[in-house]
Amino acid sequence: MILAGIEDEDKWLAEGIAGIQHNAFYMHRALDANNLRDALKCSALMLSELRTSKLSPHKYYDLYMRAFDELRKLEMFFKDESRHGVSIVDLYELVQHAGNILPRLYLLCTVGSVYIKSKEAPAKDALKDLVEMCRGVQNPIRGLFLRSYLAQVSRDKLPNLGSEYEGGEDTAMDAVEFVLQNFTEMNKLWVRMQHQGPVRIREKLEKERNELRDLVGKNLHVLSQIEGVNLEIYRDTVLPRVLEQIVNCKDELAQYYLMDCIIQVFPDEYHLQTLETLLGACPQLQPTVDIKTVLSRLMERLSNYAASSPDVLPEFLQVEAFAKLSSAIGKVIEAQVDMPIVGAVTLYVSLLTFTLHVHPERLDYVDQVLGACVKLLFGKPKLKEGRATKQIVALLSAPLEKYNDIVTALTLSNYPCVMDCLHDETNKVMAMVIIQSIMKNNTCISTADEIEVLFELLKGLIKGLDGTAADELDEEDFNEEQNSVARLIHMLYNDDSEEMLKIICTVRKHIMAGGPTRLPFTVPPLIFSALRLVRKLQAQDGNVVGEEEPATPKKIFQLLDETIEALSSVPSPELALRLYLQCAQAANDCDLEPVAYEFFTQAFILYEEEVVDSKAQVTAMHLIIGALQRMNVLGVENRDTLTHKATGYSAKLLKRPDQCRAVYACSHLFWVDEKDGIKDGERVLLCLKRALRIANAAQQMANAVSGTSGPVTLFVEILNKYLYFFEKGNPQVTSAAIQGLVELIANEMQSDSTTPDPASDAFFASTIRYIQFQKQKGGVVGEKFGPIKV
Amino acid sequence: MNFLVGAFKPPCNVSINLADGRTRKQVPLKKENGQTVMVPLFQSQENIVGEVVIEPVQGKKVEHNGVKIELLGQIELYFERGNFYDFNSLVRELDVPGELYERKAYPFEFSSVEMPYESYNGVNVRLRYILKVTISRNYVSKIVEYQDFVVHNYTPPPSINNSIKMEVGIEDCLHIEFEYSKSKYHLKDVIIGKIYFLMVRIKIKNMELEIRRRESTGSGPSTYVETETLSKFELMDGAPVRGESIPIRLFLSPYELTPTYRNVNNKFSVKYYLNLVLVDEEDRRYFKQQEITVYRLLPTP
Repeated sequence: MILAGIEDEDKWLAEGIAGIQHNAFYMHRALDANNLRDALKCSALMLSELRTSKLSPHKYYDLYMRAFDELRKLEMFFKDESRHGVSIVDLYELVQHAGNILPRLYLLCTVGSVYIKSKEAPAKDALKDLVEMCRGVQNPIRGLFLRSYLAQVSRDKLPNLGSEYEGGEDTAMDAVEFVLQNFTEMNKLWVRMQHQGPVRIREKLEKERNELRDLVGKNLHVLSQIEGVNLEIYRDTVLPRVLEQIVNCKDELAQYYLMDCIIQVFPDEYHLQTLETLLGACPQLQPTVDIKTVLSRLMERLSNYAASSPDVLPEFLQVEAFAKLSSAIGKVIEAQVDMPIVGAVTLYVSLLTFTLHVHPERLDYVDQVLGACVKLLFGKPKLKEGRATKQIVALLSAPLEKYNDIVTALTLSNYPCVMDCLHDETNKVMAMVIIQSIMKNNTCISTADEIEVLFELLKGLIKGLDGTAADELDEEDFNEEQNSVARLIHMLYNDDSEEMLKIICTVRKHIMAGGPTRLPFTVPPLIFSALRLVRKLQAQDGNVVGEEEPATPKKIFQLLDETIEALSSVPSPELALRLYLQCAQAANDCDLEPVAYEFFTQAFILYEEEVVDSKAQVTAMHLIIGALQRMNVLGVENRDTLTHKATGYSAKLLKRPDQCRAVYACSHLFWVDEKDGIKDGERVLLCLKRALRIANAAQQMANAVSGTSGPVTLFVEILNKYLYFFEKGNPQVTSAAIQGLVELIANEMQSDSTTPDPASDAFFASTIRYIQFQKQKGGVVGEKFGPIKV
Repeated sequence: MNFLVGAFKPPCNVSINLADGRTRKQVPLKKENGQTVMVPLFQSQENIVGEVVIEPVQGKKVEHNGVKIELLGQIELYFERGNFYDFNSLVRELDVPGELYERKAYPFEFSSVEMPYESYNGVNVRLRYILKVTISRNYVSKIVEYQDFVVHNYTPPPSINNSIKMEVGIEDCLHIEFEYSKSKYHLKDVIIGKIYFLMVRIKIKNMELEIRRRESTGSGPSTYVETETLSKFELMDGAPVRGESIPIRLFLSPYELTPTYRNVNNKFSVKYYLNLVLVDEEDRRYFKQQEITVYRLLPTP
């Protein structure tokens, strides 16, 4: 029957509808004529169309609805005794004379509803009779629709508390009894559907069956609407009976749907008070039932309930909701051996969400959930399955989001254990989530212990986990991750220097394990963080007394030295060099000459041994010169050594222009424009002259190679240096020398062999303009510039 | 023509009037020609009182050899055409031979008449009661007038009325237990019962309860048995599963039942059976028949 094509079904439906309309027409005629006998006959014929077995539930519903509408008219007729002249009691018997059961029962239900309304019989008895008689229809689809009709027509006649049908012996209990029985029978029919028909169309049957579920679920809805159903009745009667039916029907689809129904239709406070019973049923369900969704929804509802008003919270405590849920989940996982990990984890996520909502202050609960999760995952291979890991990430993110504070999460002892269960990739994702949370909330993590835990969590990012080959990493991602770590390091701060030192040590310990790829990202922030501490210590130097103070700059510098050394071996010499110079400057500020000297030494060694790229060398050289120029703690000897080195290396750079520039930069090493600065005019001049020589050589070389001289830029630059020192009052730099240099440049520019270069021309022109400007200034400056003729 | 017709017309009108004719209950009776007429209803031990009125046609005299009224209870077996068995025959002589010139009424009375059998109109047999007035005449045929009446005999509710309970089945196939609350039912009664399915291994399509009437006439080798199915009452639609119980509620009033008659005057019996029929998807029928006793209960006033 079910295998027949859709067209056939449409045809049958059309025939059925036509049959209903045909008989309804005659029924209407009989009704208009107030002819009871004919009305009954025609309505029975009409209802006979519902006896078909050819339609799918969907189509059958269509047919049913048409019959339903017609029955409303019949009901109106039955209600009016003056029209048919038969007492309702007799009518109740009369309709039972119909030979076919289905029309008979539809009519009986219709009259029954009128019977109840007439109050000639106790509603209880009438309902009981109806629900009992309906047993005669054992065909699932026809039975379900018949009982659904019964539920529909009786709905407003249930002996509700406070309804007009209550009173006397009718109580809400009778209504409950009626609906429960109808529910039980409907569920049995519904479950039975799956066993009918051949195996090959099982799937189709399941789909059809699913379409009918609301007919069954409707009963639970009705139950929830009966006002007389108070907590007591719900707890003692409704819930146990419904659960009994659910458990006993042993049907996956029904169990899932009905459990969900219970959760959705009954009030939250009932759930809370009957949690044990409700949860007790879960492990008894079929192993394939999707309990996780059911329980998740329950917890979600309870969470929302808890959020609805603070007044309800004591209830949660009173019933020990958390403990019950927790143990129920454990049992369910135990009972459903085939539940995939993702299911179990989802359950824990829900539980966690629940506890975060309901008991945000109970960190131990949170930890307990995580602990349970660890137990679940322990000994299993690391999770690789996408959905499961997603759930774990959700599990771990939930506390972060809730507390907005990683510090809280850090107190959860099971948190790292859960992270350990993650696959490397996910572990990183989670670590990123943690960092982002910290950033977003600007959380201050201020103790070394917390940092210890935090870095333990983040070890996926900081250390790199075993087995991840470098080439697997996406460079962009990697950079982003490491940048995040770097940002994180900047955020670790404590006002207390001692603690801060501890923090630095802890961070250092962790990042040193990061390997060559990570160090360039992680070391700089650490260094700067440490230098900040150093500067702070220096600022409060007066208060700090004695050697027992552990956080001395000296100590820190030592630490830094070692740290940077590690970086230099990475190798990342340029970076290390910069950091050395930074440290040297800091040491300078702290008046630690030997330390500063040591750092410079390190920088030079690096320069010598590791910086091989010529461009890098240029940059490095300028950095060294710049840093060295600012050093004021160095003794003459030390300074000489260093400046000597610097000038020496400058002159040894590969390209002439680079040499030239480095050398004239070195001139500043001998002239520090400060009160007590070194002012060695002679050596300044030496440097400048040397620069000039190099510039000349460069010019000639260009000539030799290409036939044209190079630009005069270098000369102009040197001229500017001359002017600078001239202005600063270096006696060795004379106006004559400047005059000479200006003329030289002018000559060079006019020479045919010189390549015209608008930039250097402009540079020179503005330099000349500057000189003229100074001359016109008059006063001391004007006088000084006077001799220079341009 | 008129003269000729007039010659064969009875010279008088005869009517039988019952004393309580106006108040007595009338019931429908199906005549041989298919028409239904209303006739008075009696029960055993009642007095049948009334008068016979003979009214000669205007200007005629009726010569007769006597007038009598008979109360007859007859059993008529259709396969023995024209053969009546009078199990009851009472006679009242109303008049001695003489002549009638004008309307004359003869009162009559049959007191406490024993009428043990009920009127019955079956397939092969009929049991009827009649009042027969005969005006005997010389040389010409008798003038006869009939009045049918119906007898119903009421039975008090039986003191013992056991339920019918039975377990039946086909091995490894079907096993049911059914129960009818009573074994004796009055005509307007309702059959209440239940069917329990103890084992169902066949695909049942539906289940019906039939009321069957079995009329057996004659005796010995020439016994005729006629079985009619009076109702086909669907009890269940679809296939039940083990443990299911299906209610039975069948009102008897819509069916034209008679009481159970056992061996009426050694001529016939009418018995009733409940037949529980299960039909499977291949339209095979499984059934179990149980006799019930039907009786006539005195209608409560």
